[in-house]
Amino acid sequence: MHAAIEMPTDRDPRQAEEAAAVKRTTVFDIDSVTVSYGGVPAVRDIAFDVGEREITALIGPSGCGKSTLLRCLNRMNDLIPGAHVEGRVLYHGEDLYGPRVDPVQVRKLIGMVFQKPNPFPKSIYDNIAFGPRVVGMSGDLDEIVERALERAALWDEVKDRLDQNAFGMSGGQQQRLCIARALAIEPDTILMDEPCSALDPISTGKIEDLMIELKQRYSIVIVTHNMQQAARVSDRTAFFTVEVDEGGQHRSGRVVEFDDTEKIFTNPADERTEAYVTGRVG
Amino acid sequence: MAAGDRAPDTARARLAVAGARAGTAATLGRTDRGERARGLIFLALLVLAVTFALTGLGALLVWAGIEGAPRLSLELFTAGPSSLSPETAGYRTAILGTLYVIGGVILLIVPIGVGAAIYLEEYADRRHWWNRFVELNVQNLAGVPSIVYGILGLAFIVRGPASFGFVAAAGSATLALLVLPTVILASREAIRAVPSSVREGALALGATQWQTIRRQVLPAAIPGVLTGVILAVARAIGEAAPLLLVGAVTFVTVDPSFFEGGYSTLPVQIFNYATRPQEVFQVLAAAGVIVMLVVLLAMNSFAIWLRNRYERQFS
Repeated sequence: MHAAIEMPTDRDPRQAEEAAAVKRTTVFDIDSVTVSYGGVPAVRDIAFDVGEREITALIGPSGCGKSTLLRCLNRMNDLIPGAHVEGRVLYHGEDLYGPRVDPVQVRKLIGMVFQKPNPFPKSIYDNIAFGPRVVGMSGDLDEIVERALERAALWDEVKDRLDQNAFGMSGGQQQRLCIARALAIEPDTILMDEPCSALDPISTGKIEDLMIELKQRYSIVIVTHNMQQAARVSDRTAFFTVEVDEGGQHRSGRVVEFDDTEKIFTNPADERTEAYVTGRVG
Repeated sequence: MAAGDRAPDTARARLAVAGARAGTAATLGRTDRGERARGLIFLALLVLAVTFALTGLGALLVWAGIEGAPRLSLELFTAGPSSLSPETAGYRTAILGTLYVIGGVILLIVPIGVGAAIYLEEYADRRHWWNRFVELNVQNLAGVPSIVYGILGLAFIVRGPASFGFVAAAGSATLALLVLPTVILASREAIRAVPSSVREGALALGATQWQTIRRQVLPAAIPGVLTGVILAVARAIGEAAPLLLVGAVTFVTVDPSFFEGGYSTLPVQIFNYATRPQEVFQVLAAAGVIVMLVVLLAMNSFAIWLRNRYERQFS
């Protein structure tokens, strides 16, 4: 059911060689990014990159700014008064915070799934159709809805009750509905902010399977508190930690280590990473 | 439990068990009498308060029912007012006047009230002093006496800049100003009650702020907005004082129109009849109270039906 079973295909030596030969295409190039709220930095000097059709996991203790950073990647931080982003976030080589970039257009290309499932108080159909309607997608809406639900592995469960209220679904189904909703507008990247933290292990497993499935088409960045989850699904992992500055006044998040997930979990370079992934600190 | 009931061996153990049992009895037994009495007195006061409120309303309804009963007929709704033959007079023009005035009020307060509420909740940055100033004053305006709005209506709507004259539209505009704060406050509450996760979800899908408000926030807020409109309309229907200042006249024998000619409304007409000494007018006034309650209940039932329809759809 889990990645552990599916991973061997990824690790097939021939494929691995091919993967190494093909140069990784970068979706996000994050360079010395600092995000502050009201002048106080929440994360400082963050640098890592996100590869195309890969799952990149952001892990680390609570309050280390993983979600803050994630929200920079589709400019959701713009909605918080007093939030300020410094540094450079390149998306396919283009500065997301450039003067001509419209955050609304950014969010059409970079979807987001939130920690708590947040379906709209509408029918299952309307939840999916909302995105295509507002972005003005052409094509048959019924087909778009069906395709999105199929990609989120939800179609068979809900096809007979599309007109029913989304709140009648289980938590796990609601979260997959939110994923389907994000897929409906054909994004290129999906950001997931602890998508399984409110779900039971079975629903979590389904979403993890889905993420691996979605990797064929989309690039995914996931924030998670669950280290097994990061190990199971992600290709590369950034480990965040909280640092207190010299005066002891401010706490801000930093990236300690960024590498292939396998290396982070088996042979980390930094001892803080090791302490965290082995459960000694956390 | 069986094990616990077995007689303990030593005297000391027996003492301990007895103590424990006594302790349990004290904890789980009846509450202290004084405490219970205080609870009952409080409950009695609450019942008294409810009774007091309902008795007043009940007495009014019973009085209107008994007094007005002789005149209850279809004629009451279809015949015009008359001071010569009060036995056959009705409230036709006053009912129409009320419908015109209230219709105008609704047309004004829904877009303006909801618009103001959306601005204050979704767009206004509270860090700017002028937005806080507007907020404070909306709350203050809700407490201004209605007669003050009557004078305002007379000076600015009937005469002055707007110069509508003494017509139903002027009455609508005046009453709309009077009840707008209520609508704005209720709509703001309703908009604020929509979880921010709904807004985030919509924005994350590439919706603009306006699309988010228009397609997600407003539909979810409709039941609350309608509640505010119901309260506002109920208040506007019963107002007589400001309307007397903006030209609601007591005798209109032809059906009113919105922008020309005199108009009357139910409370104004009832007030006029009730001040006359003759018994027959008293009966007519009492019957008018029933007519007004019927109109009010009909309008409110429609609004409540509308609200329930939306609530079923969105919860």
